[in-house]
Amino acid sequence: MQFMLLFSRQGKLRLQKWYVPLSDKEKKKITRELVQTVLARKPKMCSFLEWRDLKIVYKRYASLYFCCAIEDQDNELITLEIIHRYVELLDKYFGSVCELDIIFNFEKAYFILDEFLLGGEAQETSKKNVLKAIEQADLLQEVRMTCCEQWGEI
Amino acid sequence: MPAVSKGDGMRGLAVFISDIRNCKSKEAEIKRINKELANIRSKFKGDKALDGYSKKKYVCKLLFIFLLGHDIDFGHMEAVNLLSSNKYTEKQIGYLFISVLVNSNSELIRLINNGIKNDLASRNPTFMNLALHCIANVGSREMAEAFAGDIPKILVAGDTMDSVKQSAALCLLRLYRTSPDLVPMGEWTSRVVHLLNDQHLGVVTAATSLITTLAQKNPEEFKTSVSLAVSRLSRIVTSASTDLQDYTYYFVPAPWLSVKLLRLLQCYPPPEDAAVRGRLTECLETILNKAQEPPKSKKVQHSNAKNAVLFEAISLIIHHDSEPNLLVRACNQLGQFLQHRETNLRYLALESMCTLASSEFSHEAVKTHIETVIGALKTERDVSVRQRAVDLLYAMCDRSNAQQIVAEMLNYLETADYSIREEIVLKVAILAEKYAVDYTWYVDTILNLIRIAGDYVSEEVWYRVIQIVINREDVQGYAAKTVFEALQAPACHENLVKVGGYILGEFGNLIAGDRRSSPLIQFNLLHSKFHLCSVPTRALLLSTYIKFVNLFPEIKTTIQDVLRSDSQLRNADVELQQRAVEYLRLSCIASTDILATVLEEMPPFPERESSILAKLKKKKGPGMVSEIEETKKERNVEMNGSTEPATNASTVTPLSSFFLDLLAQPAIERPHPTKSLPQAPLLPASFLFPGTCPLLPKRSLSFESTPSPSTDLLGIESTAVFNSVPLNSTGGSLLVDVFSENSAPVATLASAAEENFSSSSDLTSPDNNIDDPATAVHVSHDDDDDVDELSDT
Repeated sequence: MQFMLLFSRQGKLRLQKWYVPLSDKEKKKITRELVQTVLARKPKMCSFLEWRDLKIVYKRYASLYFCCAIEDQDNELITLEIIHRYVELLDKYFGSVCELDIIFNFEKAYFILDEFLLGGEAQETSKKNVLKAIEQADLLQEVRMTCCEQWGEI
Repeated sequence: MPAVSKGDGMRGLAVFISDIRNCKSKEAEIKRINKELANIRSKFKGDKALDGYSKKKYVCKLLFIFLLGHDIDFGHMEAVNLLSSNKYTEKQIGYLFISVLVNSNSELIRLINNGIKNDLASRNPTFMNLALHCIANVGSREMAEAFAGDIPKILVAGDTMDSVKQSAALCLLRLYRTSPDLVPMGEWTSRVVHLLNDQHLGVVTAATSLITTLAQKNPEEFKTSVSLAVSRLSRIVTSASTDLQDYTYYFVPAPWLSVKLLRLLQCYPPPEDAAVRGRLTECLETILNKAQEPPKSKKVQHSNAKNAVLFEAISLIIHHDSEPNLLVRACNQLGQFLQHRETNLRYLALESMCTLASSEFSHEAVKTHIETVIGALKTERDVSVRQRAVDLLYAMCDRSNAQQIVAEMLNYLETADYSIREEIVLKVAILAEKYAVDYTWYVDTILNLIRIAGDYVSEEVWYRVIQIVINREDVQGYAAKTVFEALQAPACHENLVKVGGYILGEFGNLIAGDRRSSPLIQFNLLHSKFHLCSVPTRALLLSTYIKFVNLFPEIKTTIQDVLRSDSQLRNADVELQQRAVEYLRLSCIASTDILATVLEEMPPFPERESSILAKLKKKKGPGMVSEIEETKKERNVEMNGSTEPATNASTVTPLSSFFLDLLAQPAIERPHPTKSLPQAPLLPASFLFPGTCPLLPKRSLSFESTPSPSTDLLGIESTAVFNSVPLNSTGGSLLVDVFSENSAPVATLASAAEENFSSSSDLTSPDNNIDDPATAVHVSHDDDDDVDELSDT
């Protein structure tokens, strides 16, 4: 995989993971163009499209678009399932995940992604193992903050 | 409703994020951010040393601001400091910051590398993983230099934990991708291969990815992985769904690993060892069989995972290209998918079939699906799917179906997306040329292309049609007639004017006999378009006019009047002015003899590689096109290659083309210098053109029978010209009566068919207000109770 982007239907980028070295300028340009292209797609269209010399695999979950760029020889369907697996992981971790969770806990989203994909390849495909690793990390924290009511209805 | 964040909350961060979200405008947002940046800056510079928690919080805020899209130019030092903390979360944030905001400051890099080194040596698997993740995320050359030597050791060491091995494998992969020279092969490679046998499937997965990439550059080193991969794959494929426990995904056993193993096998040719080969064939057959069984679950994830493995298996079958039985089965399976309900599957089937079409075993099988593909082209709503259908038609084209396919592609072109038109034009041009049995069809096709998508017909395409017309005498008359008719359309594309202008300039004499296309009419037709054209086209037309002066002396004065007009002689464009002046002069002072020599018919072009192909390759990227082209070549299709006529007509001045023509092969019909003829007294040219007499070319004596130019060009009474068939032309008699037959008109194309929508399954669950970020995602999990599961086990 070359990169993964998560963005809302308004085009706001919620997560960006780049597996190839690119300058900041290039990243911004790619993001802008790709977001535009994907948002222009109609609901019943297929989940794959060709863009520049890459294949783009995307899927919408509620208000978020998950979009991956893979190379020519990569398998599209399995990438679709990588996206699904990632969403499952987020779902199990956050308990019925929604976009707000990813906004407010963006660093956790990155950590979970790192346990699942590394260098653009899936490293652990057992859901249990990934979640176990993350939970272990959480247990290592010294300071535990309990749920804050102020968070409430944001 | 946002869920509770586990562990520490970093409340300040959450508040900051809500503040940003509540900003009503971009300016407000920037103001808030700047305020925060100032705050953080002061905290970082402050006298009090910050505690770990605060540092972490501020670094995280900086990260957030950066990810919003603003530039951050400080905080790196603090992030690096966090690395040396022994609190996991602080380290984590430090590493995250560094991975995202890569910095090239060498001092910082040194410190970062130190931190990583410490963590790698810590023997704490969680810290080691953090460090490895960071290296994999950054993957810079400096990191490769520092760590590429150590990581293979970690990978193959016996006491490394499984999770660390996984990270190490993929980390090494990343480093290899960016700096292959820094990862030398060594004794660790055989141990890595051995990892394929590991108990832990996660380790196997990571190792397979690593080996696949390494094997592409170093196939010999990893040859032994083939048999291991085959046995692992066959174990997975034949396992019951309970065997692999957590690695089963929606009733599909280890789909990711299966796909990776199949990819690995594509790095190598079919296994030499018969036993291994047999096992692999069995395996592939099992996968193909499973596709025919009723699905174990209705969930789309199940079918996606199952089909992912299936498509990869088909890729492998195509890559090996050695088992006809498997290839045909693969083709049939794809054929079924072509009409599947799900758009994704139809798309992938079309894509896969493209590669299948280039294999000699399955080419015929692919062709049987032509009607379905054409149907897809007409009815698919999704432009990406239609584009794949076009690609497939191009790949499956051969002599037997070329006409049908080209017709369909032209049909499609009428309503195609603008972004893909150029590619389709190039493809149609290539196909038309390659498979033309009858070149009149070729000419029609190109003219159609210009008519439908003139803007996207690049130079290479219309140069090519001219080259071909010039090289093939049998189609010259037809070409002249057809462009003449096409030009009569009230609004024709400029490319058509270019082509028409050139062809009439060269071959207008072939149709001048008919009253309807007399020289004057031809001239008026072209000149009527003159003012609508751009400068290069007008330049070309001027050359055509002077050629007309040669071909049709009876309209010489008309043409001279045009050339003499102010708009030509005083034209702002230098090239047009020059041409008008020179051509006018030439027409005034040159004898018919000289004129005939100067404006001889263009000789046939020498054979050279098609520039259209080169252009298509450039557009699509080398991989796909050359593969298809190679196989087309292998099927012994003759390529009529020739160069571009580029400079000859347009940029060379009349006088130097005179010399050029001298060197060229003799032209065949048309007006020619009479000095070469035994009879016909004429004014000696030397009178007007001193020094040129001896240079007048000796024509081949095939023209003996033809009368002098001054009489035969009126053409109407004399049948001489029209009967002076070039010796080596084939259907010579067509020149007489080009208007008598009902001309095959520019093919009338059926209007684009209406779309019949075939519904595809919805991938997302409907939500009432999907734009609301608080809407939860309804995600199915494979361990949920599956009430809609279909299982007969």
